[in-house]
Amino acid sequence: MTSAAWLIRRVRPYGEQAVDLLLRDGVIADAGHDLKAVGAQILDAGGLIALPGLVDLHTHLREPGREDAETVETGSRAAALGGYTAVHAMANTDPVADTAGVVEQVWRLGRDAGLVDVAPVGAVTVGLGGTRLAELGAMADSPARVRVFSDDGVCVADPALMRRALEYVKAFDGVIAQHAEEPRLTQNAQMHEGVLSARLGLAGWPSVAEEAIIARDVLLAAHVGSRLHVCHLSTRGSVAILARAKADGIPVTCEVTPHHLLLTDECVTGYDPLFKVNPPLRTAEDVDALRAGLAEGTIDAVATDHAPHAMEDKECEWAMARPGMLGLQQALSVAVEAMICTGLLDWRGLADRMSIRPARIGQLDDHGQPLETGRPANLTLIDPDARTVVTPAELASRARNTPYARRELPARVVATFLRGIPTVLDGKAQR
Amino acid sequence: MRRHLLSAADLDLADATLILDTAELIDTALAGREVKKLPTLRGRTVVNLFFEDSTRTRISFELAAKRLSADVINFAAKGSSVSKGESLKDTALTLEAMGADAIVCRHSASGAPHRLAEWVQGSVINAGDGTHEHPTQALLDAYTIRRRLGRLDGVRVAIVGDVLHSRVARSNVVLLDTLGAHVTLVAPPTLLPVGVESWPAEISYDLDAVLPKAEVVMMLRVQQERMNASYFPSVREYSRRYGLDARRMAAMSDEAIVMHPGPMNRGMEIAAEVADSVRSTIVEQVSNGLSVRMAVLYLLLGGASTSEAGVA
Repeated sequence: MTSAAWLIRRVRPYGEQAVDLLLRDGVIADAGHDLKAVGAQILDAGGLIALPGLVDLHTHLREPGREDAETVETGSRAAALGGYTAVHAMANTDPVADTAGVVEQVWRLGRDAGLVDVAPVGAVTVGLGGTRLAELGAMADSPARVRVFSDDGVCVADPALMRRALEYVKAFDGVIAQHAEEPRLTQNAQMHEGVLSARLGLAGWPSVAEEAIIARDVLLAAHVGSRLHVCHLSTRGSVAILARAKADGIPVTCEVTPHHLLLTDECVTGYDPLFKVNPPLRTAEDVDALRAGLAEGTIDAVATDHAPHAMEDKECEWAMARPGMLGLQQALSVAVEAMICTGLLDWRGLADRMSIRPARIGQLDDHGQPLETGRPANLTLIDPDARTVVTPAELASRARNTPYARRELPARVVATFLRGIPTVLDGKAQR
Repeated sequence: MRRHLLSAADLDLADATLILDTAELIDTALAGREVKKLPTLRGRTVVNLFFEDSTRTRISFELAAKRLSADVINFAAKGSSVSKGESLKDTALTLEAMGADAIVCRHSASGAPHRLAEWVQGSVINAGDGTHEHPTQALLDAYTIRRRLGRLDGVRVAIVGDVLHSRVARSNVVLLDTLGAHVTLVAPPTLLPVGVESWPAEISYDLDAVLPKAEVVMMLRVQQERMNASYFPSVREYSRRYGLDARRMAAMSDEAIVMHPGPMNRGMEIAAEVADSVRSTIVEQVSNGLSVRMAVLYLLLGGASTSEAGVA
């Protein structure tokens, strides 16, 4: 690599003691005090915190198929601006990422954009149809090196098929990421089932529809000795099931979205579909349980479920709107608000949940590494004291469906480096 | 009063009472007149925006607006630009550009009138949205109760049937609570929403236990599509446990009344001899609906005092 070297001065890794970091040839070449480097560009990072580049296990980049909502490039830019150096692109594109051809296309588009490493997720079943396994091995062996497989957006509801999928991916150390939603319990479901759904007259999405599938899958994973990952946990009961499974030594991991750490079903009161998401926003008690689960490590990762949607799919009646909300650019700020400002996690803990563990789950060896000499120079610099009001028109995503419009959030990503090359400097994308 | 009527919760006791009192004034003013028309809303435009078939509610609003001399446009989704894929927002902006002073909206999606209210300057009146609310139905029901029983405060009302999917029940629970009545919801547990325990109402699964104490028995329509979705085992079993037949009617107190928002499934939730009995207010509800909707349109759009309007 022929890129210029960067000397980052007086940055505080994980919010701890300030050091200088020298990035050269894609790695952290040196770390120490008062480093000198001839010809290196200098970034004065006094007051800034360095974390290993964030890794998202759950992103919808919409390309191919819905390039009016997001492309690999625009989504990559939003990711870099959010402090990410790697994202997993979900398979529910059009065509579905269920063949080596599609995952390779997405992977190449990511490489061309050059803002984050884009790791495609392969579909578990053909066309997300839930009836026939997709060619998981071919996707694993492709240049995209797929290791995470998911029908996200749809649950692999058939228990026999789920069992086979869990077993089959052991051959290449893959993991099935389950969208846990019992379909018969959520027909036409619009929001969390509870006091508010009763009042608002919207069909309920009961917590048990998520918990029943998680309980089943945990038992299946234990039975066949496979790794299971659970997407977007949203209920208190789900946290309890995962805690029990982990205590029993079952190899299961799970994630929570930023919005489930911050927002509740109260947001639905005005019927604005910006707050329509699947799984739905739940109650304050669920939010508290998710935060506690993330703090104690029952929940392994914050994953955005970044879901861009075209304006017309949100400026409509609640029932007609598509579920999902933007997440990449505000994820860190929301996590800081929910976890750091509340004292539930420190910066090291946040790095663990937003970079180290998601990189390990997704098997991205270059990411989630310690900030020390010789490691890949994938890192992000954060101003912990900044506060920013979210303005939808200024977001890098092509879509505008952020639930955080006009909300003031803490912490700002100042710079992001991907293999030593700045993708973001002074809060601005570099390409 | 607020600009819109989206939910019965938009009305406090004073607002609700004002609407009922105004309906009464209108009834008095029109009683015995040959020409049943008031000049109040001359030059104002009322649009009936109906995305869901509902002949009775639409003609009730249409007649109410016409009797107040408003210009009325009926915009039905079928055969219009909506069926060609026009969005709710574009429809709203079109009606806005045409100068609609009020939009009466019926929609199969809960909350659709709330969305509409964000996009238009005029008043939005919810004429039934999905399984959410139907506030003018609750107002006409309250008006009917007040006329028959002479009061609302402390009146014991049983609402019987498919509460889960009923916008009529939701609006009635809210409004009757505001007006001081005591509501008991009677239904099989499958037809009560999770979270109903937070409503200002008692819950019962046993119609026979509730009937003797009720002064008002409001029967809800059971939709055809519920009958094959395992909410209850069979039509006959539903009817046996929750239908109001002559035998059950005999257990009611002498002055108690029977209501139904229509259209009825005779022989299902209500027996013909009950629907046609002297207790039944079903036909009155229709004519009271007209007065109440006139009152709502007048109060939201008129802005003039009752005497100016020539009502008093």
